[in-house]
Amino acid sequence: MASSREEGIAVELKGIVKSFGGNAVLHGVDFELRKGEVHALMGGNGAGKSTLMKILEGVYAPDAGEVKVNGEPVEIRSPQEAQENGIAMIFQEFSLIPTLSVAQNIFLNSEPRGKGGLLDDRESRRRTCELFAEMGEDIDPDAIVGNLSTGYWQLTEIAKALSREAQILIMDEPTSSLSKTESEALFALIKKLQASGISIVYISHRMEEVFQIADRVTVLRNGRNVITDDVANLTLDEVIDHIVGQKMEAAFEWQEREVERTETPLLEAKELSAAGRFRDVSFRLYPGEILGFAGLMGSGRTEIARALFGIDKVDSGEILVRGRPVSIRGVQDAMDAGISLIPEDRRLQGLVLDHSVKDNLLLPLLRRLQRGGVMDDRRGEQVVRSLVERLRVKVNSIFEPIWFLSGGNQQKVVIAKWLAAEPDVLVMDEPTAGVDIAAKSEILDIVRNLANSGKGVILISSELVELLAVSDRILVLQEGTVKQVLDRREVGSEEELHHAVQTV
Amino acid sequence: MLSRLFKRTTDSQPAADADGQPAEGADGQPAARSLSFDWRQYVVFIAFVVVLAVFGATLYDSGFLSPNNLLNIVRQSAIIAVMAVAMTFVISAAEIDLSVGSVAGLASVLSALAVSEYGLFAGIAAGVLTGLVVGSINGALVAALRIPSFLVTLGMLGIAVGTARWITDSAPVPILDDAFNNIFGTGQIGPVPSLLIWLGVFLVAGHVILRKSAYGRRVLATGGNESAARFSGVHTRRIKFYVLLASSTVAALAGMLYAGRLQSGRYQWGEGDELSVIAAVILGGTSLFGGFGTVVGSVLGALLVGLINNGLTLMGLEFSQQQIVRGAIIILAVALARKGLR
Repeated sequence: MASSREEGIAVELKGIVKSFGGNAVLHGVDFELRKGEVHALMGGNGAGKSTLMKILEGVYAPDAGEVKVNGEPVEIRSPQEAQENGIAMIFQEFSLIPTLSVAQNIFLNSEPRGKGGLLDDRESRRRTCELFAEMGEDIDPDAIVGNLSTGYWQLTEIAKALSREAQILIMDEPTSSLSKTESEALFALIKKLQASGISIVYISHRMEEVFQIADRVTVLRNGRNVITDDVANLTLDEVIDHIVGQKMEAAFEWQEREVERTETPLLEAKELSAAGRFRDVSFRLYPGEILGFAGLMGSGRTEIARALFGIDKVDSGEILVRGRPVSIRGVQDAMDAGISLIPEDRRLQGLVLDHSVKDNLLLPLLRRLQRGGVMDDRRGEQVVRSLVERLRVKVNSIFEPIWFLSGGNQQKVVIAKWLAAEPDVLVMDEPTAGVDIAAKSEILDIVRNLANSGKGVILISSELVELLAVSDRILVLQEGTVKQVLDRREVGSEEELHHAVQTV
Repeated sequence: MLSRLFKRTTDSQPAADADGQPAEGADGQPAARSLSFDWRQYVVFIAFVVVLAVFGATLYDSGFLSPNNLLNIVRQSAIIAVMAVAMTFVISAAEIDLSVGSVAGLASVLSALAVSEYGLFAGIAAGVLTGLVVGSINGALVAALRIPSFLVTLGMLGIAVGTARWITDSAPVPILDDAFNNIFGTGQIGPVPSLLIWLGVFLVAGHVILRKSAYGRRVLATGGNESAARFSGVHTRRIKFYVLLASSTVAALAGMLYAGRLQSGRYQWGEGDELSVIAAVILGGTSLFGGFGTVVGSVLGALLVGLINNGLTLMGLEFSQQQIVRGAIIILAVALARKGLR
C-alpha cells in the first residue's frame, strides 16, 4: 500500500480485451490513472470508451487483461465491488431515486442507524450538509430529487460518491445537459476534488473542456489505445487526428452531386425558436439536396428535427413547404405537409418490435390502404414487398417479427416505413447508430438514392465521416443556434469539420 | 457557490435551460429548496374533513355523528384499512396485488376448518400459513421469473377463490370457538373493539417500517427507480418478493378478522376487496407509479371510503348506487394522483 502510494497510480488497466458475441470491442487496451489527476478519455462512437469504463465499474468482466487499483490486482465483478475499491461512476441522471430526498439518496443502502436499527434521518441530513459544505455547495438535503434540475442530480451523485469515500470518479459526458455557467461551476468543483487527491476519468467529446480541465488525455480508436499524453504536449489538431485516424472506407467517400438551388425550396425554416432548445434557426432545403446537421449532443440537432415533425412546439418562426407557410402542430400535420422523421432511437420511437415487418411498414399507411373500412391486404403486401426489395432488407419472411432482424436491417425497415408514406422531406436522426459498417454504407447509399429521386433529406449524425460522405451542405449547430453553413466543396477534410463543430 | 447557478425547478416543467440563466433563488436562500406544496399528500385529510362535515350536517338527524355510528364506520373499514397498510408497500414498490380479497376468503375458510378440527392455535396457524404460501408463490413468480405482478396476482385471485369454494362446496364453515371470534373481530378490550386494536397495531407498525426502517427505504427506492436502486446495492428482486409475501400474509389475517367477526369462514369474505384496498391506498396519496407511499394516508383513505359508504347508506342509496359512487372515487383518485405527479 505504502509503496503504491509512492508510485501514485490509482488505477492501472493492462491488456484489456473484451468482445461481445464474437465482435471484438477492446483489443488489449492499456490505461493508467494517476492519483489526483483529471484524465480525459476520448474517441469516436464505438471506440470502446464506455466498455472500458464499464469494466472498471464492474458492469462487464474483461475477457483478458489485468486491473490494478492502488497497485493491487483486483477483480471487480459488480458495481458494489467497484464501490468497495473506491471507484464511483457519476451518471448524468436516472441513477437517483426521483421520489426520495437528496439526503435519502446519498445514503441509500448505507443509511446511518439510530435506536433499534431504525434509520437516523437526522444524522444523514447532518452528514449531507457536511458533504455539501466540503464541496462548497448549498443544497437543501430535504429537497425531493425529482423536483431538482439535472445539475443538482450530478452534485447529488458526486456527494453520494464522496460519502462512500470514493477516490476514483468516472464522469461520462458530465456537461452534456448543463448550461455554460453550470459547466464552469462543475469544473471548479472538479478542481477542488482533484486538489483533495481524488482521481477523475473524464469522458467527453468536447475538446475545449478537455483542454481546459484535463491533465492527460487518452484516445481510443477501434478498441485500441492510440495515444496517452499530457494535454500540454498536444494540440487540438493532433487530438482530432488521433480520434479520426487515417483509414477511410470506400463507401464513405464523397460522391459529388449537383443540386439546382434555383427553384422554390422544398422546405424552408425561418428563424425558428423554442425556449431553452434552439433559437433563430433558418435554413433552406432544395429538391434533391442532402443537408447535414453537425453538432455536439445538446447542440439542438434532435430538437430541431422534433419540432419540424410536430412533436415539440416552437415559440416563434415559420416553416414553409414549397414556398407555402404551413402550421405544424402535430405529427399528422407534418405528415400531411410531406415531412417524415426517422427517429433517433428506433427501438423506442420507430418500431413495434413484436409486430411483423409487414405490420410495422404499413403502420403509417393504414388510412390510405383502407377501402370501405376494410384493409386492402393484397395491396399492402405488394407495397411491403417492393419496399423490402428496394432497400434490400434481409428478411426470411415479411411476416416475421422485427426483433428477429439485425440492427442494420431494423433500421432499413424504419426508413422503408417512412418511404411508404412517400414524403417529400425526410429527416433522419442518427440513422446509422448501432449498425455495423456494412449496413452503414448501405444506408448511406439509400440516402443518396433518395436525394437522386428528388427528395430532400436532412441528415443528423454525430459521425462526421458520414456527413461528409453524403451531404451537399452542412449546417453546423452550436448551443441551439446555427453557427455556419458549409458547402461540402469547401470542406477539405474531416479535421476541418471537427474544428468547426468543436470551436466556439 | 455552484448551486446558485443552477436553475430551480419547482413545477412540473422540464429543466430545459440551455441558456444558463442564474437561478431565481440567488438572494442568499439555498436555491435547491423544493417549494412546491405537495398537496397530494394532504388531499385525503382535506377530503376526510370535508366529507365528515358535509355528512355530519346533512345526516345529523339520521345519527351519522353518533358515537355508535362512527365506531361502526371504523369497524367496517378496519379490515380494508389493515390490507391497505400492506398494499401501500406493494404499490410503493411499483407492483400490485390483486389477490388480497380472495386470499382473505381462502384464509377464512381454511382457518375456520382448522379451528373446528384442531382448535384455536391450529386455526390461527392455518390462516397465517395460507398467507405465507400464497405470498411466497406470488413473490417468487414476480421476483424470480419476472412475470408482472398484475398477471400473477390476477391469476392467483381466481386460484384462491376457486380453492376456497371447492373445499367448502361454497358453504359457510361456522366457527364456534369463542376465543377465536374474540381475538379476531367481535371481542373488546375494555371499551375498545379488537378490530380497532388490530388496526392501530398495523397503522403504527406499517408507518414506522415504511418511514424509519431500511426495508421501507428500500421499498421506496425500488419503486422510485429500480435500476438506480440496484446500482446502490439494493436487492430489488428480494424487496419485491417480500412486499408480495407481506401483502398476502396480511390479507390472510384480514380473512381471519372477517371469520372472527362473522363467526364463520366463507369464500365470499373479502370478495372484491382488492378494489377498495387499492382505492384506499391511491386515495391516501401513495403513487401508483411507485416510489412514494404513506401508510397514514392509506388508513385514512380506507376510513374515507367507509365514511362515504356509510353516509350513502344512511341517505338511502342502494348498494348498486354505492358501487357507482365508489367506482367514481377510484377514477377521481387516480386522476388526482396523476396530476400531482407529472
